[in-house]
Amino acid sequence: MSSFWSAWIIVLTLAFLVFIIWLLRWNMNNYTGIKEGELMDHEFDGIVEINNPLPRWWMILFWVTIVWGFIYLALFPGLGNFQGLLGWSSSNQEVRSLEESRTATEAHREAGLIVQYDREVQAAEEEFGPIFAALSERPIPELANDEDAVEIGQRLFLQNCAQCHGSNAMGGKGFPNLTDDNWLYGGSPDAIKTTLLQGRQGQMPSFSGQFNEQQITELATYVLSMSGRKVDPELAAAGKKNFAVCSACHGMDGKGNQQLGAPNLTDNIWLYGGSQAAIEETLQNGRNGVMPAWKDILGEDKIHVISAYVYGLSND
Amino acid sequence: MSQTSPQQIEYNLKVVRQFAIMTVIWGIIGMALGVWIAAQLIWPELNFDTPWLTYSRLRPLHTNAVIFAFGTSALMGTSFYIVQKTCRTRLFSDKLAAFVFWSWQTVIVLAVITLPLGLTSSKEYAELEWPIDILIALSWIAYVMVFFGTLVKRRTSHIYVANWFYGGFIITIAVLHIVNSMVLPVSLTKSYSVYAGAVDAMVQWWYGHNAVGFLLTAGFLGMMYYFVPKQAERPVYSYRLSVVHFWALIGLYIWAGPHHLHYTALPDWAQSLGMVMSVILFVPSWGGMINGIMTLSGAWHKLKTDPILRFLIVSLSFYGMSTFEGPMMAIKSVNALSHYTDWTIGHVHSGALGWVAMITIGSLYYLIPRLWGQTQMHSVRWINIHFWLHTIGVVLYIVALWISGVMQGLMWRAVNAEDGTLTYSFVESVEASYPFWFIRFVGGLFIVTGMILMAVNCYRTIRAGKPTVETINVAPREAATHSA
Repeated sequence: MSSFWSAWIIVLTLAFLVFIIWLLRWNMNNYTGIKEGELMDHEFDGIVEINNPLPRWWMILFWVTIVWGFIYLALFPGLGNFQGLLGWSSSNQEVRSLEESRTATEAHREAGLIVQYDREVQAAEEEFGPIFAALSERPIPELANDEDAVEIGQRLFLQNCAQCHGSNAMGGKGFPNLTDDNWLYGGSPDAIKTTLLQGRQGQMPSFSGQFNEQQITELATYVLSMSGRKVDPELAAAGKKNFAVCSACHGMDGKGNQQLGAPNLTDNIWLYGGSQAAIEETLQNGRNGVMPAWKDILGEDKIHVISAYVYGLSND
Repeated sequence: MSQTSPQQIEYNLKVVRQFAIMTVIWGIIGMALGVWIAAQLIWPELNFDTPWLTYSRLRPLHTNAVIFAFGTSALMGTSFYIVQKTCRTRLFSDKLAAFVFWSWQTVIVLAVITLPLGLTSSKEYAELEWPIDILIALSWIAYVMVFFGTLVKRRTSHIYVANWFYGGFIITIAVLHIVNSMVLPVSLTKSYSVYAGAVDAMVQWWYGHNAVGFLLTAGFLGMMYYFVPKQAERPVYSYRLSVVHFWALIGLYIWAGPHHLHYTALPDWAQSLGMVMSVILFVPSWGGMINGIMTLSGAWHKLKTDPILRFLIVSLSFYGMSTFEGPMMAIKSVNALSHYTDWTIGHVHSGALGWVAMITIGSLYYLIPRLWGQTQMHSVRWINIHFWLHTIGVVLYIVALWISGVMQGLMWRAVNAEDGTLTYSFVESVEASYPFWFIRFVGGLFIVTGMILMAVNCYRTIRAGKPTVETINVAPREAATHSA
C-alpha cells in the first residue's frame, strides 16, 4: 500500500476514535440546561424524554473497549502499513507464487516475525513430520497391509481426495473409480504415487471439426461394440473405417495407452458415461480431465501413505 | 406550507395501511420459504427435482423476502407513520409516497420471479440483477425525498430520536446499495461486478454488514423509539444516552464489515480494523437496549398483562443478546471457531427473528387497530398465543444452531493426536447436524404458525373497522414556523 493510503487509513481511524471519545465526554456532562432526572423540554406525539445521565457501568464499559481498541491497534496490524509492535501477521501477504511464499516464510522466520499460518504449519511439521517420514521409508505394498497406516491414509484421503473421488473412492462422472483395478495411468505403487505427486492432465480432443454428426454416431457405435455392447453392425462397421484417427492414442485394438492416460475402450468402463449419447458428446466436444498435483500441498511423505491406501483398495 | 397553511391537517395514513398489510403478507411468505428450505436440508427431495425449487434459488428468495419485503415494508410503513406524528405534519408528497409503495412492491414481485429462475448477481443479500437494482435505487431516492421532505416541513422545534435512526438508515442504505450494485451489464439479465477479487469481497461485506447495521438495526431502533414509549406510556429513559449511542452506532457500524472476512485474502490491517470497531460497537449497541428497556421503569407490571409490550421488550432482550454475540464472534480467535458454521446462521436469526420480527410484530399490533379506527386488536388473547409461539420458535431455532454450530466448528478442527490428521471428514459433521436441523425446522414451524394467527387477527380487526381519518389542529403561528 502506498504511503498516501497508509496515512489516509491512519488519520481516518484515529480521527474517528477521537470523535468517539469526544462524543462520550461531551455527553458525560449535562449540557442540556435541564436538571438531571427531569424531562427534556420537547415532546413528540406525547413522547417525552428524561435527561438521565449515562449509566455508569455502561460508560465504564465504553472506556474499556476504546482503550482496548488502541492497545490492539498498537500491537497488531491495523493502522495502514504499521505492522504492530508484536510483528504479527496472519499469513504471508502479497505473495504471488509458491516460490515467493517460501522465500517470505524463510525471511520472516529469520527476522523473528510471527506469521501465524507459518508457525502453525511449522509446529505441525515438527510434531507429526517424523511419523510420516518413518512411514515413507516402508514400501507401499507393505503399508497397504498395515492397518494403522491404512487408517491414516484413509483419513488423508477423506480430507483431500473424497471431494472428487467420493468417500468410498468409487468416483463419479469425470472422476475415476479407484477401487476397480482399472487404471488410466497404471496401478503399480509407483504409478499411483507419481499420479498423486505430479497430477495428470487427460486430454481427449474434440472431433467436431473433423467428423460430421453421422460419422460421430458411427464412431460412437463402433466404440460401444468394442466393449461387447449390442449395436447396429452396419453403423459400427462404418465407424471402424474412421477409427484409425482414434488409434493414435487408444491403439488399433482400442485397449488404450497408460503412457498417455488414454482409456481402454474395450472394458465397458466409462469415465464420462457409456451411453451412445455420452460417447457422442465426448467425441463432439472432447474432454479435459485434471488430477491436481499434490506434492506441494501435502508433501511426499503423506502422499506415500495415501498411495498405500489407494493401492490397497484394489490389491487386497 | 407557509402562511396559507390550513388550521387542520390530515395525516396520510393510506400508505401506512398499505405497507402494514404487505408486511404481514410478506412476513408469512418469507418465513414460510425459510421453513421450506430448512426442511430441504433434512429432506432434499422437497425440491421435487425442479430447478426453481432448489435450495440454491429459494435461499436468496427467503433472505430477500424477509429483509426487503417483510422488514423493509415494515420500516417504510412505520417511518411514514412516525415521521408524520412526531413532526406534526402530513407527508411531503402523497404521490411520491404512493410511488415508494408501488415501486417497492414491484421490486419484490420481480425478485419472486427472477430469483427462482436463477437470475442472480450472486452477491449475498444483493442478488437482484441490474434492472431491478435501478428500480430499487429510484424507489429509494423517492423514499429519501418523502422522509426528509417531511422532516424539513415539520412543525416541531426538534427532530425526535426515532427519526434520527430512520434517517441514518435511509441515507446509508442508498449509498450502500448504489456502491455495491455497480456492475457492467452484458444483457438484460446478466451483469458482472466492477470490482475484482478481495476488493469485491470487501465491498460486498461492507454492504452486507451495513445492511444488518443500518436496515436491520438502526431502522428498527427507530421503530423501537416510538412504539416502546407509546405502548409503555412512559418517558424515554435518557435523552443523552440516545445522543451518544446514535452517533457511535452509525459511526462504528460502517467499519465492521471486514469481520466477515477474517483469515481470508483480505489484508490483515483491514481485518483488524473491522474487528476493533466491531468490539467497541458492542457498547453503543447496548445503549439502545438500555434506553428501551429502562423506558419501562415504573411500568414493569404492564408486562404481565400486555402481550404487545412483551413482544417489544423481549425483542430488545434478543437485540441485546445478538449485539453481544456479534462483537464476540467478530474477535478473530472466536471467529476461527464460529465462521462458516451454523452458529452464524443462529446468530443472524436471533437478530432477525428475535429482534427485527418481534419489534415489528409488536409495533404492528399497536398500529393496525389505530389505522382502522379500533382501540385494540380483534383478540388480545391471540396476541398472547402468538407471543408464546414466536418466542418458543426463536429459542428452539437459536439454541439448536448454537449447538450444531459449535459442534461443527469443533469437529472441523479436531485433530488426531497420533498423526495430526483431521478426526472427522466434512460429511461426518453434516451427518451430526441433522437432529439440530430438525429442531430448527420445528422452531420455524412455530414461528410461521404464529404469523398466520397474526394475519387472521389483523384481518378480523381490519374487517371490523374502517380506515382512520386522523387530523390535528395546527395553530396558524405554529403552522408558519419551520415551514420549508
